[in-house]
Amino acid sequence: MDDLIAEFLTETNEALADLDLALVKLERTPDDQATLGLIFRLVHTIKGTCGFLGLPRLERVAHAAENVLGRVRDRELAAAPGVITAVLGALDRIKLILFALAASGAEPAGDDAACITALEHAATGQAAPPPAPAAEAATEATAADHPPAEVAAGAQTIRVGVDVLEELMTLVGELVLTRNQLLQISRAEGTNLFTAPLQRLSNITTDLQEGVMKTRMQPIGNAWNKLPRLVRDLAHETGKKIELDMRGQDTELDRQVLELMRDPLTHMVRNSADHGLETPDLRRAAGKKEAGTIRLNAYHEGGHILIEVADDGRGLDVAAIRAKVLSKGLATEAELAAMTEAQVRHFIFRAGFSTAAAVTAISGRGVGMDVVRSNIERIGGTVELTSTPGQGSCFTIKIPLTLAIVSALIVKASGERFAIPQISVLELVRVGGVGGTAAAIEQIGGAPVLRLRNQLLPLVSLGALLRLQEVETKADNATVVVTAVGSGMLGIVVDDVYDTEEIVVKPVAPILRHVTMFSGNTILGDGAVIMILDPNGVARGAGLSASRDRKDGESGSAQAARSDDGMALLLFRVGGQPAPRAVPLNLVARLEDIPREKIEFSAGGAVTQYRDKLMPLIAMDEGGADASGATQPVLVFTDGERSMGLMVSEIVDVVHDKLNIELGAARPGLLGTAVIAGEATDVLDTGYWLTQAWRDWFGSAQGTQSRRRLLVVEDSDFFRQLLVPALAAAGYEVTAAASAAEALRLRDGGLQVDAIVSDIDMPDMDGLEFARRVRAGDGAWASLPMIALTARGAPADEARGREAGFTDYCQKSERDSLLASLQHCLTEQVLL
Amino acid sequence: MTEASPATIGTAGTHGDDCAFVILTLADQLCGVPVLAVRDVLADQSIARIPLAPREVAGNLNLRGRIVTAIDLRERLRLPPRPVSAPFMSIVTEQGSELYALLVDQVSEVLTLKRSAMEANPPTLPRIWAEHSHGIYRLEQRLMVVLDVERLLQLDIAIAVAA
Repeated sequence: MDDLIAEFLTETNEALADLDLALVKLERTPDDQATLGLIFRLVHTIKGTCGFLGLPRLERVAHAAENVLGRVRDRELAAAPGVITAVLGALDRIKLILFALAASGAEPAGDDAACITALEHAATGQAAPPPAPAAEAATEATAADHPPAEVAAGAQTIRVGVDVLEELMTLVGELVLTRNQLLQISRAEGTNLFTAPLQRLSNITTDLQEGVMKTRMQPIGNAWNKLPRLVRDLAHETGKKIELDMRGQDTELDRQVLELMRDPLTHMVRNSADHGLETPDLRRAAGKKEAGTIRLNAYHEGGHILIEVADDGRGLDVAAIRAKVLSKGLATEAELAAMTEAQVRHFIFRAGFSTAAAVTAISGRGVGMDVVRSNIERIGGTVELTSTPGQGSCFTIKIPLTLAIVSALIVKASGERFAIPQISVLELVRVGGVGGTAAAIEQIGGAPVLRLRNQLLPLVSLGALLRLQEVETKADNATVVVTAVGSGMLGIVVDDVYDTEEIVVKPVAPILRHVTMFSGNTILGDGAVIMILDPNGVARGAGLSASRDRKDGESGSAQAARSDDGMALLLFRVGGQPAPRAVPLNLVARLEDIPREKIEFSAGGAVTQYRDKLMPLIAMDEGGADASGATQPVLVFTDGERSMGLMVSEIVDVVHDKLNIELGAARPGLLGTAVIAGEATDVLDTGYWLTQAWRDWFGSAQGTQSRRRLLVVEDSDFFRQLLVPALAAAGYEVTAAASAAEALRLRDGGLQVDAIVSDIDMPDMDGLEFARRVRAGDGAWASLPMIALTARGAPADEARGREAGFTDYCQKSERDSLLASLQHCLTEQVLL
Repeated sequence: MTEASPATIGTAGTHGDDCAFVILTLADQLCGVPVLAVRDVLADQSIARIPLAPREVAGNLNLRGRIVTAIDLRERLRLPPRPVSAPFMSIVTEQGSELYALLVDQVSEVLTLKRSAMEANPPTLPRIWAEHSHGIYRLEQRLMVVLDVERLLQLDIAIAVAA
């Protein structure tokens, strides 16, 4: 028999047993909405499952029963005995068909017209249905000579209560501890008769432990394996083209959690296919590819499992939801007016809510999203929704890690062991050590940093952060665990790294919940209890802001990427001037101390040989390089193949602060003055110094503008971080987006700007496509000036850009022309 | 080290007016905890300390595969700290679905006492004791304070005071 059918039989038989009880209860208490809701959902699920398994007889009977129950739920029909009898008759009929299905693996032939007619009569409220279908079904059942309810599933699996598994797990835990004690005693005694059998016992214990652990964990792919078929059938029924993209199938979930997630996921995918995605015609008209995509993605994040169900369909129609909310009386017009779009969208999670105009066999009865929400909340999870008109919706389910197993790196700091979830570990870097071949931790004003390839990695010492030790970590023989924190990186300095281990995450006791650096605790194989570090919590504890996270941008927060949010700034001094200068740390590739004898002079400029290439060195002040000391501190800026060094006299500190330039520049080479760490600090105009080194790197110009708002869309971190301060200095309020998709999300998040500057060559969605999307329809930005920024300068490219909707076209390297163009576009707009 | 086995404790239940107490010592003060609140009595446990935890939290211990949060009652009741190498015992109790181990100096015996014989706290009892005690028993030799386990586990108050 088909695995799907076998599972369907098991599930449906369980549901039917529940239904019998619930219906009898309903007959006694007809006003019990909870029971009614339960009955309706169970029947709805049976119907839905029959639909995609291709069981037409069952589907028709269940659909008819559901119609009756729907009317009862909407209080259009009383739960009179006649109605209950008709529904019970339908259930008997379903059992009968199931029984035959279990025996033969296929739906038997037969006529359910009488049963369905009885239900239809009941639905319209007509009295006395013709020949009692229940009796008829009962006769048939007797004829079959077997009670239909006891349909056996395949014998390969047995159902075991989770409490049994829990107890097994506890016992195995004790076994492991006892084993460890024995091993210790044996080691102390030296070799004896027990050694060999003990080794064997030890291996078996480990295997047993793994086996018992495994019984509880299942990859989420198990809950998804029915979906391709479901989607295929839905596509067929609705005449849509649907691609299903599943990622992260291997993410392991506790079996119990998985079971509870199965139905919500099925409902959500069905909803996406039915409501979310458009027909091929509509998609073509909207300029999308014919086939819609439903994307499922599961992953661990910050102590949770996240499951995304996203589609690239039409998105939620907020106006339709408003209208529906009003007509259902769920909120008043005044209440609605005060709500954000996100709040309005959340109405879809209310019971009895459905926006589909027509009730189809697939969905649209208003069960679904409320079931989804209640199922998720029952296991302590949350569901969030983002939606972009014309571009699709994304549901994000967040389930706590409570019962999950993760792979973790076990590290040691100040004599204590900690687990760091492997998922957030990018790499391990050994520092210090003998011979000086390994990288070294450097200090900038007491803040440890590490040069990691082309980046400066901020470091925190785990021991110091957790106040396990007062002294600074010695730079010799430590290991840096490079972790992903939001969109950035953080190096956690530990004394030692052991191994990776599969750990069962247990939540910390309530009295410790306020210590956010830990996401849980666990018991290691040797019985020791250790804490699990949450790298995001560590970053917060270390004072690193995660506010500029990529995640924030994605969740549509329009504030996320503003230039006046905090950023890490490198402070340094030049040529005996007391006031420090600052440059965004992200722009600095490396800090170097170059021996003075390595500095050569050619064609009037200082150069040095750096990584087998000549690197121009620029002095910040007219006095030239400060010639004291044997080495020259240099800030190295890199872009692709090219590097340049800026000679400074002293590197002071790295601070995290807002970059808010308050005074314009008094001289070239500076963007202006900002208050950083409480001190007036000149902010370096990196672009200016780059052009000093490489004439073709950038042009330079300064202008003053009224405080207009700009959106900069640029995928290259380097150019983005260069452009944002430069434009901010020119008087614009700048918001940056790292991709066109992010920019569109900002638009839908309600971000208001006066002009858009966009790169052309970007991965995924290029600038041309971005311009078309912005111009299409009557989006908020449809009439804004858009300036293309590109490295290409051919007239044909420019024509294509203008065709796509760009107002002007600028070379990436020419900052004056960009500023001129902006001024021109914005003035023109004012005149219009 | 003597370990009171749960079995002997289990036989000393409560009948009518009788109430059984696990008797323990904390900095020479005799204290009692109702036997029904006690799940286990452990000796010589290795306790893994938890960085950044409130100072009353001594750490975590592993009780047959379950993680138990250990609360040092000396710290909790603001008593002088136990000498570093001094032995200690733990009384495991459950609150909500969480297990907690109360670290004490010594667990001696189980006593069955008349509920009606318990006396109210004398008004001069220091506040920290008065807040965490149900009352006092006058035993033949010494006085015994009946600890309020529930209050002892409400660390939030203590944290707020400490902060």
